[in-house]
Amino acid sequence: MKRAEVPALAAHGLEKKYGQVRALRGVSFEAYPGEVTALVGDNGAGKSTLVKCLAGAIRPDCGRIMVKGRPVSMTGPVQATKHGIETVYQDLALASDLDAAANVFLGREIRRLRVLHDHKEMRRRTAASFAELGVGLVQDMRVPVSSFSGGQRQSVAIARAAMWAKHVIIMDEPTAALGVIQTEKVLQLVDRVRSRGLAVVFISHNLPQVIEVADRIEVMRLGARTARFRRGEVDVERLIAAVSGAYSNEADVPNGEVTA
Amino acid sequence: MNTTKTRRGAAPDAPQKASAFSMVRTALSQTSGLTFAALIIMVIYFSFMEPGKFNTISNFDLLAQNLSILIVLSVGATFVIATSGIDLSIPAAVVLGEVFATKALGWFTVGEGTAVDVTDSETKLSYILVALLAALAAGLIVGVLNGVIIAYMHVPPLLATLGTLGSGLGAANLLQDGTNTGTSALSPVTSGEMIPGLSNIILIAALTVIVGWVALRLSVFGRYTLAIGSNEEAARRVGIKVERHLIKVYVLAALASSFGGFLSVSYFGTTALSGHTTDNMQAITAVALGGTSVFGGVATMLGTLMGALIPSLLKNGFIIMGVGAYWQDVAIGFVLVLTVWFDQMRRKARTKQ
Repeated sequence: MKRAEVPALAAHGLEKKYGQVRALRGVSFEAYPGEVTALVGDNGAGKSTLVKCLAGAIRPDCGRIMVKGRPVSMTGPVQATKHGIETVYQDLALASDLDAAANVFLGREIRRLRVLHDHKEMRRRTAASFAELGVGLVQDMRVPVSSFSGGQRQSVAIARAAMWAKHVIIMDEPTAALGVIQTEKVLQLVDRVRSRGLAVVFISHNLPQVIEVADRIEVMRLGARTARFRRGEVDVERLIAAVSGAYSNEADVPNGEVTA
Repeated sequence: MNTTKTRRGAAPDAPQKASAFSMVRTALSQTSGLTFAALIIMVIYFSFMEPGKFNTISNFDLLAQNLSILIVLSVGATFVIATSGIDLSIPAAVVLGEVFATKALGWFTVGEGTAVDVTDSETKLSYILVALLAALAAGLIVGVLNGVIIAYMHVPPLLATLGTLGSGLGAANLLQDGTNTGTSALSPVTSGEMIPGLSNIILIAALTVIVGWVALRLSVFGRYTLAIGSNEEAARRVGIKVERHLIKVYVLAALASSFGGFLSVSYFGTTALSGHTTDNMQAITAVALGGTSVFGGVATMLGTLMGALIPSLLKNGFIIMGVGAYWQDVAIGFVLVLTVWFDQMRRKARTKQ
């Protein structure tokens, strides 16, 4: 699976222990620009620990994280942001009483006279970005996001990430709480974000959906990567086998932990 | 299959409530609009019932003067409540502000005595400024204590500020040996009319509301305050230093309170060790009546101004009409509960969408 291109985001040999529990056992991971890389695995496989490491929320005990081929140290979510990585959290993480523009620019306000914010300009730029990404809502720019539907709010969260991400967007189960039509809209949005050349890391339990949207799929089990697939290489059954440990195509599987 | 947790505010498949309620809901969502309407109706009603008594300039002027200090306190309390916090320690900051201000006047030797004893015509700007700084220092102390206890020690705001309320009032009594100090040195601050026809104290309250409005609506500080009240975790994730911001908010509120204490000494000519015990409740009532959500995230400064006016207008109107003044307390109690209940229903309606 060697390729010439430099991954937008890569992890090598990440380890993380919580007491006696080895959540990550030397996991590696790559996400390439202009691709959706799905990260799948059963509960407890270490997906969320890996994602938290990549998003800067926790620090791995050892191993390297590289952005565009350069090793970076992630000491917090703000560092991840500085390295061009944005995360869309499962629980949305929007301030629901504020409007879309206030949320999009939260923590990065355009300022006037140092202490005031220029809400008009923020609203204008947000509307422009929403229009570009095909997120509707432009007529609802003045209402708090709490009056939006779940799908609309997820769109705001993704659009915010897309506006600020320079290299990578990590999406943790972006469609888990959504209905069918809203899920479709969010997936279309994911598609547009990818076509902007960003690397999208897509975490999901929904295997058919993963097969539909992902250009590449990386499977985790027991804290390590156990399988990798490209688009079209895998069906749901094979994927389930990989997730459950019945199938592996990786060399760096931890000894004795996975039955091939 | 793929969703096992129910998440607050993210249940998009829940059926939409029939839109019969939607107009009522919209009306409720603009609580400050309702408050304003109530205010206007009250003024018209009392003016109609008691023409020539209620609707006179002197009556309104007196009302406004009596309310000015409460308005200053309520502006500060609006920020605290916007973070979904509460500040019960307002009386402590007010009284300590009074005590610090008069103690500071005691530093100046004037003739046989100190600046405490000067008449309002003998006072100097330097006395007033030092007293003001001393009062604000008291607020700074109370505010930093509140902020650190709440943000870093994670004591719930209700209990944290209940603690500083007790300690602060106790400290003020210790400093004063339980007796009040009278002084006229500060009275020019509130008694004069820098704008002819408008008492300084009303002017000061109006300016405080304007500054508070700008800080809440137009400043990044206000936006962070609302964001923290709305979703603390979201604020943290975008890099807002939540703990530090909470300290700033409690300091701001305590500064407003101690400034209120400074104004109180100026206006009434004495410290009032036991004269502010219900200031916290009055301020919280004003803020909640005005439409600021006690659950955080939603705040309105103009609402707070109206919320401060309503109880006094009601009382004033009742007194002029000869209705027992205690009915005002009964009425305000009910209205307050209704307001918060509406707020809660509105929140529920929203998150159900």
